[in-house]
Amino acid sequence: MPRLIAHLMPKVSGRHAVIGVPYGWLLLFFLFPFLILVKISVSEMETVNFKDLVTFKDGLLQLTLKLSNYVFITEDPLYIKTYLSSLKYAAAATVLCLVIGYPFAYFMARARTTAQPALLMMVMLPFWTSFLLRVYAWKGLLSENGWAADLIIGTGFDQLLHAAGMIPAPGKLMHTPFSLVLGMAYTYMPFMILPLYGNLAKMDLRLLEAATDLGATAWVAFWKVTVPLSKAGIIAGSMLVFIPCVGELVIPELLGGPETLMIGRVLWDEFFSNNDWPMAASVAVVMILVIIVPLAVFSKYQAEVQEARR
Amino acid sequence: MTSASFNRWFGRGWLLAGFAFLYLPILALVVYSFNDSPIPNVWRGFTLKWYAGLADDREILSGLWLSLRVAFFTACGSVVLGTLAAVSLVKYRRFRGRTVFSGMVTAPLVMPEVVVGLSLLLMLVSVQRATQGAFGWGFPERGMLTIWLGHLLLGMAYATVVVQARLQDLNPQLEEAALDLGARPLQVFLLVTLPMIAQSLASAWLLTFTISLDDVVLSAFLSGPGSTTMPLVIFSRARLGVSPSVNAVAALIVAVVAVGVLIASYLIARAERRRQQELAEANRA
Repeated sequence: MPRLIAHLMPKVSGRHAVIGVPYGWLLLFFLFPFLILVKISVSEMETVNFKDLVTFKDGLLQLTLKLSNYVFITEDPLYIKTYLSSLKYAAAATVLCLVIGYPFAYFMARARTTAQPALLMMVMLPFWTSFLLRVYAWKGLLSENGWAADLIIGTGFDQLLHAAGMIPAPGKLMHTPFSLVLGMAYTYMPFMILPLYGNLAKMDLRLLEAATDLGATAWVAFWKVTVPLSKAGIIAGSMLVFIPCVGELVIPELLGGPETLMIGRVLWDEFFSNNDWPMAASVAVVMILVIIVPLAVFSKYQAEVQEARR
Repeated sequence: MTSASFNRWFGRGWLLAGFAFLYLPILALVVYSFNDSPIPNVWRGFTLKWYAGLADDREILSGLWLSLRVAFFTACGSVVLGTLAAVSLVKYRRFRGRTVFSGMVTAPLVMPEVVVGLSLLLMLVSVQRATQGAFGWGFPERGMLTIWLGHLLLGMAYATVVVQARLQDLNPQLEEAALDLGARPLQVFLLVTLPMIAQSLASAWLLTFTISLDDVVLSAFLSGPGSTTMPLVIFSRARLGVSPSVNAVAALIVAVVAVGVLIASYLIARAERRRQQELAEANRA
């Protein structure tokens, strides 16, 4: 009897099970939902159900695709403006992260080796405390009489921000492009610092000595040796900040204002306020198309790093 | 001042400023949770009334209970699936669809959550409508189960990265030796590999637990009536403005997480040291 059962069982090796379970899981709950998303984005909304794309009528197989959502997105200037401004704010946050994070990671990697684990731990710790609450905290910090607001206005930095067009008037910091970009840069800072640190800490310092021996100043050696060698870390960190920022919802909702258009909020409103599911799905599909190039760069880089570690 | 000492002080200053930037909001949350005045940024004296108020806040408490349960199951599921995915990627160098697989594993790390949440919801709703039509009973209902499925997708990605990094640092000779000595692959995994990656499993568990406990967007899409997680409650209050009750919740979470992470990392570091010692002794013998 046991032999019979063993015979009936499909020949599954351990290898198949190990790969098959997570693979099947991702196909079912990650890839398949995207196909459904694409399907619904071209579906007609009936009262409760979506109309089937393929219907059989009068002996003819009919395929009904409703492309009006996409036509609407590409023709309505508001949508185009929103996509562009999402990209703009995400790029600004990425640059800000890089400007603050690169020197930070650099000095961390050059700190005493005994101090480095503690420094790393201190970068990770805010990441463990609630992201939502830390974003919410900036609401208080940047509003009237908040600590950060006092500091920025006290040093006259708000004049500079106003001149750069980041705030509508000196002294008004909350619900502006500035508060939005600051909030995103703050939230995603560890994602920039950690890959950069990993990269810079592994760097062979003898290369810098060689550059100095050959007559390079510290400044030249930094730009010609350190920065090019940390290219992988810069790309990884930037993608880890940029891509999620494009579709960010919570930060624009809490820190953004009426004029800081972000596509994540538009999708949210289409879904929760207008209840237009096909339209929300179309917005999402276009969002994927917008981020597909950075996504491909990230995933290619990620694979390379994993292979290189071996 | 010499240029070297200038560099050193500049570096320290930058690190200090960076940490101030990272920790300032957390500090502000905690300080203002003790503020007697309900108006933000106006200090009127010390109070514990916001904390006392939490004990009667049914919305927050039931949200917390749901969040804790979801986070627990998410962490467990993520570690199992993430370990399997990490083992697949590290041990099996080539199999059909490996590129697609490795892409799918890491994509949820960066993919905007609104997209992941919306597509998973649309899929689950389609399944529910199909089962409703076929059996007259729609499954799955939106609620804890669907939230869990969404969080698991995110948690699995993080767990895979954490476990994968650890697996790659392992010395493959130890596993080969066990195989040579006649252990079956499953035995090798359970007796050799698993003890060596145990602390990375523990960190992955904690990380995915906190990620699930904090998630807003996936939960918003996947929750149903009556299944409101704590972050959803906090988010809806925070949208309206600064509220001291949210500050009090925040301060408590910060305290619990800080203590938890410190204890956990101490225990993990101690276990790691002990393992290294045993390994060194075994090598000497």
